Amino acid sequence: MPPGAVRALCLGAALAVLAALPWWMANPYYVNIASQILFWAVFALALNVLVGYAGLTSLGHAGLFGMAGYTAGLMLAAGAGHAAAIVAALLATLATTAIFALLALRATGIGFLMITLALGQILWGIAYRWASLTNGDNGVKLADRPAPLGLHLSSPDAFYLATFAVFLLCLASMRLFVRSPFGASVRGTRDQPRRMRTLGYNVWLVRFLAFLFSGFWTGVAGLLFVYYNQFISPQVVALQTSAEVLLMVISGGVGTLFGPVAGAAIVVVMKNVASAYVERWNMVLGIIFVLIIVFMPEGLVPGAARLVRRGYRGLRAGSGPAAAEAAASPGTAGR
Amino acid sequence: MARSALSLRNVDACYGDSHVLHGVSFELAEGRLLGLLGRNGAGKSTCMNVVVGLLGARAGEVELFGEAVTRYPPERIAACGVSLVPQGRRVFRTLTVRENLAVAARRPRRTGAAPWTEERVFEMFPRLSERRNQTAGLLSGGEQQMLAIGRALMGNPRVLLMDEPSEGLAPQIVADVGRIIGRLKADGLSIVLVEQNLKLTLELADDVVIINTGRVAFRGSAAEVAADHALVAQNLGIF
Repeated sequence: MPPGAVRALCLGAALAVLAALPWWMANPYYVNIASQILFWAVFALALNVLVGYAGLTSLGHAGLFGMAGYTAGLMLAAGAGHAAAIVAALLATLATTAIFALLALRATGIGFLMITLALGQILWGIAYRWASLTNGDNGVKLADRPAPLGLHLSSPDAFYLATFAVFLLCLASMRLFVRSPFGASVRGTRDQPRRMRTLGYNVWLVRFLAFLFSGFWTGVAGLLFVYYNQFISPQVVALQTSAEVLLMVISGGVGTLFGPVAGAAIVVVMKNVASAYVERWNMVLGIIFVLIIVFMPEGLVPGAARLVRRGYRGLRAGSGPAAAEAAASPGTAGR
Repeated sequence: MARSALSLRNVDACYGDSHVLHGVSFELAEGRLLGLLGRNGAGKSTCMNVVVGLLGARAGEVELFGEAVTRYPPERIAACGVSLVPQGRRVFRTLTVRENLAVAARRPRRTGAAPWTEERVFEMFPRLSERRNQTAGLLSGGEQQMLAIGRALMGNPRVLLMDEPSEGLAPQIVADVGRIIGRLKADGLSIVLVEQNLKLTLELADDVVIINTGRVAFRGSAAEVAADHALVAQNLGIF
């Protein structure tokens, strides 16, 4: 069987197992953790569009995430229906993203990072201080989850399945994006912006559209988050959320399709499972990140792919590990 | 006299405070190949950067088929039909060969010459075709040069600028690149060839411009340069 078919088969099997999770995972606690992993993965995939493919590191995405959550929460509190709240939340997030992009895309690199950080903090300040609108530190509660197609999402299983469907859509759109000419042009602006201009691209516009794409999926993740918790508070909008998602992307593998998913899984599992056994779970998470940086600086997914390939070639050729490493191609990892 | 494809008139350019080009003027006629010669640091690449708009001209005019493009941003100049094969190749290393070509694709401006497509580029560079799904960073230097040329062609240019395409390549590959440039010229493309390789340039060029410390030192035919050893020694030789 060709390696491509093997990969497709493995991926299909993994997705089937994940789709069936509510049936083999009896404990609703773990089903809920799986839901969390999936919507954090959607968030991390969204951030990865900018960090990984456009080469623009944002520390303000928690603001966009919170924008979606707060808009939906406040609309519902004001008596709107779920459909109206969701559409309004996505539109508000896209509009905010456009403003973010207009201001932040005046710079790249550290400048871009600082502007997005500042913009994120402004939204956090609004959520925290504009108490008459946002209810301040007390946050906004949601009375109910929606019931799309007559399936009420109040049970952990139903919510998991809905989240999984959204996650699949997100993953498919990311794959489509990466493979498309537009995705190639985004990566081109990351690698050689001047070259892209001489090829006739408006680099600013390419980055702006990538930012909007990233903002859209961040908004979707924010909606899943707020419906999962049925609650949102300024803490979600804080810098720590932005940093955490950035860590998911970097530890999993920047600019790869499955890296952000793996990163989200590690962080969520650490937060929920390890904290039950180890009081200083933050330290455990820190140690894991240090180990990833030391042994797989390119991230978990490309790093693991490299090790597997090395082992596979060593096995096949029967040659020493040095020769296999020389044959392993660093540039194609995790693509 | 054929129509002017590209002309520079009294172009001055600076990097910050350092004045690099001093009143540079030359003209590329349609369908011809102009060799731009000069030592390291003479200002050849700077001329190319001014033409594609990456560096603004402090004074003077750049015209494409009679249209003044001096103040245009790079993307607009590209849309006017200028493609650059940059010095040092500068392919997109993390993109595959096919993606490098796809990113550069641009619809041809007019009918007439057959438009460049991925298939046509692969036909011209069979080696690239074999490696089409390879990441460009893993190609050899010669292959990357082929890809840089192919990428420029995908823009269906009216004027092709090539900045030292023979730089750092093995003699065998330089000969291949030379043959390809000859074919493009035979197809009727207007080409500016920036080179340090005198022999390659004189084989290919119709007209030659020699730049010395930011000024045009000579403007004439390739045959004149080939015959004038003193000119070559003064402006290109190493003392």
